[in-house]
Amino acid sequence: MNPADPTLPAIDVSGLDCGYDGQVLLKNLNFQVKRGEIFFVIGGSGCGKSTLLRHLIGLNLPTAGTVKFFGECFNEAAGERQREMLKRIGVLYQGGALWSSLSLLENVMLPLEEYTPLNPSERAELACMKLSQVGLSGYDAYYPSEISGGMKKRAGLARALALDPAIVFFDEPSAGLDPLTSRRLDELIVTLRDLLGMTCVVVSHELASIFAIADRVIMLDKQEKGIIANGDPRVLVKESKDLRVREFLGRGEDAMAGTRQKQPSP
Amino acid sequence: MPEPTTIASETRVQLHAQGEWLLVELQGTWRITEHRPSWASVLADAEPARVKIVWGQLADWDSALLLFVFEVRQWCRVKGVYCDLSDLPDALQKLLRQLVVVNETRMVTDRSRDFLTMVGLAAQDVWGKTKEIATFVGECVISAAGLLKKPHKFRWRDCLDEMQQCGAMALPIVSLISLLVGLIMAYQSAVLMRQFGADIYVADAVGLVMVREMGAMMTAIILAGRTGAAFAATLGNMKAGEEIDALQTLGIRPVDFLVMPRLVALGLMMPLLALYANGLGILGGMAVSKGLLNIPPAAYWVETLTAIDLSDIFTGLIKASAFGVLVGLAGCHRGLRADRSSAGVGRAATSAVVMGLLLIIVSDAVFAVMFNILGW
Repeated sequence: MNPADPTLPAIDVSGLDCGYDGQVLLKNLNFQVKRGEIFFVIGGSGCGKSTLLRHLIGLNLPTAGTVKFFGECFNEAAGERQREMLKRIGVLYQGGALWSSLSLLENVMLPLEEYTPLNPSERAELACMKLSQVGLSGYDAYYPSEISGGMKKRAGLARALALDPAIVFFDEPSAGLDPLTSRRLDELIVTLRDLLGMTCVVVSHELASIFAIADRVIMLDKQEKGIIANGDPRVLVKESKDLRVREFLGRGEDAMAGTRQKQPSP
Repeated sequence: MPEPTTIASETRVQLHAQGEWLLVELQGTWRITEHRPSWASVLADAEPARVKIVWGQLADWDSALLLFVFEVRQWCRVKGVYCDLSDLPDALQKLLRQLVVVNETRMVTDRSRDFLTMVGLAAQDVWGKTKEIATFVGECVISAAGLLKKPHKFRWRDCLDEMQQCGAMALPIVSLISLLVGLIMAYQSAVLMRQFGADIYVADAVGLVMVREMGAMMTAIILAGRTGAAFAATLGNMKAGEEIDALQTLGIRPVDFLVMPRLVALGLMMPLLALYANGLGILGGMAVSKGLLNIPPAAYWVETLTAIDLSDIFTGLIKASAFGVLVGLAGCHRGLRADRSSAGVGRAATSAVVMGLLLIIVSDAVFAVMFNILGW
């Protein structure tokens, strides 16, 4: 990964095929994510959003195509190099995926312990700061089983940010959160992006989040097995030529308009 | 992190003295995963009166730089030296303020408890667990009575499945262990009996001990490790996945649905396995007698038949059945009371095995006293 060359995109996917054991879910994907962009991958349930994410971060191996981070091929890199590249990537899993036997502070400190030459007090200080950045200061001694779902997600985010990644992946950050908590998480993503300049890739179908913070979206489709839209969601919802895209982003408002009755005004 | 420029170089700090000012120029790439210079080593013996941090040609930076600037700032505060940070970009200033706030407000929370509280909590825990177990056993009894009245409500399919799992699938390990136990007992008693010329009584010893004690006991121990742990893990996982809650909200008692088929399966399979273990243990004794003591198998068999009668076999089987139910109870109880986490499931499986073994040994002692009084 060579973030020194600013002309290269953060992520460059070309000709990527995604799928499990011989079954292809997505075919020949091509897209780029610019630096510092908040990039959403959207689509209906079961269209392969999470599968694509797993392919991007190397949990699943693509059957064809390449994933490049800052111009360097990730999925074909040698094991050691891939480990190096993974240090610059943070992932927030759906449920936070905190290690249940460690306290929140230890959860955030573990990546620092593995990969940095910092001494224990510096590690603790930095981990505390990451926790306070996500609004969890004072919870460092708590265990994952003692906190709520929203807090787990934020703690997961603090852990994802531990090594100051250049790219952060979010898997359904608002799933299972109430609208306010989910909105705060959105705001947190924007704040951190502005402050740290990282690139964010978000897998989600939460329309409120998409319109609030997405710079650009790609929409996947099950039948097409590929991308059916790529652009600013605020433009796509009005101007996309594809009905599926307009319907998805407009929550099917067009189709529903006829069936819904007008509320009588009080 | 922030806007990268085209310069990529190593982490560097350059000092320039300018009157009473010491200019600290930051250069290169600062990565948290690499080594960074410490302020003490950069400063060496210099004793500046004022320090200014200068934003040099930085390629890329992250928390490593932040920690360095923080170190400088802290040093200046301790030494009472003026520190000028105005040259730093806004993002870094903001992060630095966050770090300072965390550093100054951080309290090390001590969540440990004192000795007396721990003892009190442990005592409460023991009392609570005792009540829990009593309740669970009571529920099982009520459930069993209910099923006797309405046998068509019993989940025979699940029960047969479990029988297959805990009975037939356990045959290989039960065979191996009981054969070896028979062998070992024959060896040990052969050494003793030979001194008295009473070689043939090896058959009596192996036969009696196997049928009355070891057959049931070894099978129960194997199943406590194999099946008890499996029950606890399965039910614990179901609890974590809210499957148990789903049963309850449908008005189905988890004990009827999940526990009874398992208890019945173990209670029926355990005596069968114990009987099988008895046979193999006697076979092991026979092999040793033939090899070591030159007793023909036929003579061994006849001697065994004179030593054990039907009541011995029955006491063994009664015990086996009781052990089966106890192992099942321990497994199901721990599973249903497991914490809703991956670690909770692990603990449930562990304590199911421990509790199963404990119940086996304690009940075996009770049976020993009881059979003695009854003269069986």
